[in-house]
Amino acid sequence: MKDNHQLKTNKLTGQLLSAPYLLWAVIFILVPLGMVFYYGLTDKTGAFTVDNVVAIMSAEHAKALWLSIGLSLVSTLICFLLAYPLAMILANMNVNQHSFVVLIFILPMWMNFLLRTLAWQTLLEKTGVINNILQFFHLPALNIINTPAAIILGMVYNFLPFMVLPIYNSLVKIDPNVVNAARDLGANGIQTFFKIIFPLTIPGVISGITMVFVPALTTFVISKLLGGSKILLIGNVIEEEFTQAGNWHLGSGLSIVLMIFIIFNMIISAIFDKNGEGSML
Amino acid sequence: MKKILSMLSVACVSASLTFSLAGCGGSASGENGEVIVYNWGEYLDPETLEIFEEETGIKVIYDEFETNEIMYPKVEAGAAEYDVICPSDYMIQKLIDNDLLAELNFDNIPNAKTNIGSQYWEQSKEFDPENKYSVPYCWGTVGILYNKTMVDEPVDSWSILWNEKYADNILMQDSVRDAFMVGLKLNGYSMNSTDAAELETAKNSLIEQKPLVQAYVVDQVRDKMIGNEAAIGVIYSGEAIYTRRENPDLEYVIPKEGTNVWIDSWVITKNAPNKENAEKFINFMCRPEIALMNFEFITYSTPNDAAREMIEEDDIRNSPIAFPDLSQYSNLETFRYLGGDADQLYNDLWKEVKSK
Repeated sequence: MKDNHQLKTNKLTGQLLSAPYLLWAVIFILVPLGMVFYYGLTDKTGAFTVDNVVAIMSAEHAKALWLSIGLSLVSTLICFLLAYPLAMILANMNVNQHSFVVLIFILPMWMNFLLRTLAWQTLLEKTGVINNILQFFHLPALNIINTPAAIILGMVYNFLPFMVLPIYNSLVKIDPNVVNAARDLGANGIQTFFKIIFPLTIPGVISGITMVFVPALTTFVISKLLGGSKILLIGNVIEEEFTQAGNWHLGSGLSIVLMIFIIFNMIISAIFDKNGEGSML
Repeated sequence: MKKILSMLSVACVSASLTFSLAGCGGSASGENGEVIVYNWGEYLDPETLEIFEEETGIKVIYDEFETNEIMYPKVEAGAAEYDVICPSDYMIQKLIDNDLLAELNFDNIPNAKTNIGSQYWEQSKEFDPENKYSVPYCWGTVGILYNKTMVDEPVDSWSILWNEKYADNILMQDSVRDAFMVGLKLNGYSMNSTDAAELETAKNSLIEQKPLVQAYVVDQVRDKMIGNEAAIGVIYSGEAIYTRRENPDLEYVIPKEGTNVWIDSWVITKNAPNKENAEKFINFMCRPEIALMNFEFITYSTPNDAAREMIEEDDIRNSPIAFPDLSQYSNLETFRYLGGDADQLYNDLWKEVKSK
């Protein structure tokens, strides 16, 4: 009887403690989401329409969407190729070393994202820091500012930590005995990696892919600052509908389309990562 | 460097604003209430706000926008209630048309009629036919800023922006009306055109130009031109004085095909919670010493004749960039609000240009 009573109290306390979060979620997540759907599925007179969502098929919007998907995929792939070896190095370090390196990795994330991207603009400009250094050594200039390459660089730079940390997390969770067992049974290093280590880190990899791909797909700041506003990504189209064109209905409609892509991505990640192993830190 | 500094200062200002708002708690206003001002970014000397607060005991809550188009929906939605705003000509007309502005009581703004030159009131009639809603704050032209060391031929026409010699060295304005102004003027049309065929031609010109353009930017034209990052840029005359001070190789011209003569004016919103304070604020801004401080800080031409008289340097008081003799130029126009349908058409065409 006593146990049952305590259980009830615990449950009640739990509900009370979660109330602020629930309130937060309702006000800042559910209500805005409802507004996006309301605007996206109505026209200027308030009548129901799917035109704003179907508008993604128009030449300009479709082009912007495919370009966004393309650039995000390339950035995600580069992030993965850079992050995996790095996470392995981190995981093999002793405790003192790795917390220092992890700190170095997280440190730039304490700085404002806009400032960091603006810094890349100053670095990459024709008369920027990098080109001044190259010129000093009489090396050919690097002309990637205002091209897709600069946007990919900005995406990789900004989102790389989101790939490293989940992979690192799943790597340190691997029981060393599993690896030792594989070696005992005669597997060589490459076999151990592909048959044991890599499969065990898949949840982390998938989580990393989601955390890089989703912000890369929706970014409008990176393409604006490093692409010179010449390359229109779907994020830019939506931003301009809200700020420049003042057409919130179309902006919301296109956001709904983008949400479908993001939800699809998250479902995949949920399937692979049932135990939440790949979650950050 | 300057860019980063200005970003930092913006961050500091907004942080201090947040803190001061939070700090005051219940009585958020000064002893004589408050006034909420919505102005262009870096568009007045912050010291003038301090003087105003000290003199009147009215607390100024200050907010900034980057383009007219960003400002409009916020004011229309009423989500943020502003007292005083400083939009441009065509946007003032749009605000008037949609009944979002209050008529000014000029008895409370005596400095306006005494100090602002008559030609500016005349020009304001283009968008505010009875001079009932707006008080001119800044004016100017839009032209070409070029670097003498990088451009060898004489610059007097918009067509230089289509010259392949300057590929990847051209900066265009990243806003619909400004970009189309250049495209329309190049082809000899009015920049207030709503003719579908004319706009189509302008759009094709802009698409043709796109491979030559280094970047579409708004405020960054200034920093990039100072840093020798590009050879030619489309810029507001007010920025030209500042950029030439920082980099003497730069030269500003008004193209022969004509351009935009614009006015930014103070207006008060229909539902302004502090209308009287707002009028005090506008009156304060029209005071010659204050207008002079602002001119020296932002270098945008002031319509305040009394302030212009007080400028000490002859070459600035009579500068052809800051105070051009407009009768010398032909085809000068002021933007007009063209209505919702035309807005839509412009935006669609601009999107086509940007996605090419």
